[in-house]
Amino acid sequence: MALLEIENLVVEFETASGPFRAVNGVSMKVHEGEVLAIVGESGSGKSVSMLAAMGLLPWTAKVTADKLTFNGRDLLAMPASERRKIIGKDIAMIFQEPVASLNPCFTVGFQIEEVLRVHMGLDKAARRKRAIELFQAVGIADPAERLGSYPHQMSGGQCQRVMIAIAIACNPKLLIADEPTTALDVTIQKQILDLLMKLQADHGMGLIMITHNMGVVAETADRVVVQYKGRKMEEADVLTLFENPKSNYTRALLAALPDNATGDRLPTISELFVDDQVEGAAR
Amino acid sequence: MSVILEARNIVRDYHVPGSFLKKAKTVHAVKGVSFQVEKGKTLAIVGESGCGKSTLGRILTLIDPATSGDLLIEGNKVDIAKGDLTPEMRRKVQIVFQNPYGSLNPRQKIGDILTEPLVINTKTPADERRDRAMTLLKKVGLEEKHYNRYPHMFSGGQRQRVAIARALMLNPKLLVLDEPVSALDLSVQAQVLNLLADLQDEFQLTYVFISHDLSVVRYIADEVMVMYFGEAVEYGSRDEVFADPKHSYTKTLFAATPRADVDSIRARLAKKKAA
Repeated sequence: MALLEIENLVVEFETASGPFRAVNGVSMKVHEGEVLAIVGESGSGKSVSMLAAMGLLPWTAKVTADKLTFNGRDLLAMPASERRKIIGKDIAMIFQEPVASLNPCFTVGFQIEEVLRVHMGLDKAARRKRAIELFQAVGIADPAERLGSYPHQMSGGQCQRVMIAIAIACNPKLLIADEPTTALDVTIQKQILDLLMKLQADHGMGLIMITHNMGVVAETADRVVVQYKGRKMEEADVLTLFENPKSNYTRALLAALPDNATGDRLPTISELFVDDQVEGAAR
Repeated sequence: MSVILEARNIVRDYHVPGSFLKKAKTVHAVKGVSFQVEKGKTLAIVGESGCGKSTLGRILTLIDPATSGDLLIEGNKVDIAKGDLTPEMRRKVQIVFQNPYGSLNPRQKIGDILTEPLVINTKTPADERRDRAMTLLKKVGLEEKHYNRYPHMFSGGQRQRVAIARALMLNPKLLVLDEPVSALDLSVQAQVLNLLADLQDEFQLTYVFISHDLSVVRYIADEVMVMYFGEAVEYGSRDEVFADPKHSYTKTLFAATPRADVDSIRARLAKKKAA
């Protein structure tokens, strides 16, 4: 059975100029121990669809889906209090800006112990012990010492490690990483990706990687969903996607990579890919 | 070929003043960097955050003075600490910053943003300023109707086009591009890189392209300099550096760059299956 099942997910935001559809009928499945990458440019609805699954969207968003289940349980039908028990425990999320998503007013130790207190109900000594273990697992040097640090005293890479430690604190079944390495240097990016892949393999977690970086997709994913303007353009396993992309959009996206450049100009997406919807609206 | 920009042993130190409990210390941000760029060529400066590449960019753009070392623009020595910075000098070098959301004043219209460099540095009359702004708007792929709009009405790629147009208003010889595409989407990135290539051909511009993205550097650069903790650890033509990196840091950098080709995916999947 799939871990997370999404069928025909629609997310609309109420705006001054009428409802805006950020996600338009997206379906996907993630199995245990599988790495799914969701690729798309900004505005493709890749983050919003995952935030919808997590239930983290503001009240202005209208979320509907034919099916939105985690481990067979319907996430949309359950009361908010029930859902909060799953979120952060069985489904955890790593956000894009590590420095911005940690609370600057509290030590990182407090923030990781908060998760352990709320979801695991551990006592003080056990929390501290587990927090040190987790910091070791994500490769933070001097873990006991570092628990007393504030986010601003750590580098971006270290903050991302803290975020990952918080996310895996309760041994989640599914980890959603929303652009986990976009704000980081390539050498640090490599370390973080290696860490995520190791944790994923060790714990047999399902992992969803939201990214716009085709290199990251190539290095991590088993299966890939390509999104564009809130719609799913293509779903394929990673090798098929790179070798033999079906949709024109994916083909255009791959051609725009500077790695694949031939000649002295890059092909741009607008040359290679004509958006039917935009075309239709223009006519 | 004439050399537009030459740097000889540029050093930049920052002094962090001490306090009651803390000793004063000196941060060596750039430790003696030398290079030359010929007219119409692109030098890429690569390195991770904190390696001094942006500090160097600011020195080249005559925003900050170097602590020591010589900076020569078209063969003339410039030292802004000594007050060599004339409007003529300022017109030769311009910069495009990384984040187009932060580098355009949200309270200025595009037209005012574009004409401001002319107001400050030249005595061009208003109607000529406007004409020049219109011309450049079209050059960078925008339209005349955008002249009276505000930055928030534009997408990231369009804003970066405005920033490029602003940098070109004074007809510079040298453009310092500080991570101009790292905040942009892949497709927009391709458009902006193409625009930069077009403009380079048309105006014979010289670029100093600061970046941490090796795939972009490989595509755009003629020469590459790799910086690590304020030092230039590798400097050579693009093909030399990419084919045969000498320094261990450059090798680490190459190894860390994710590869999006089918062979490396196959290798990874095979390794995963074996494990």
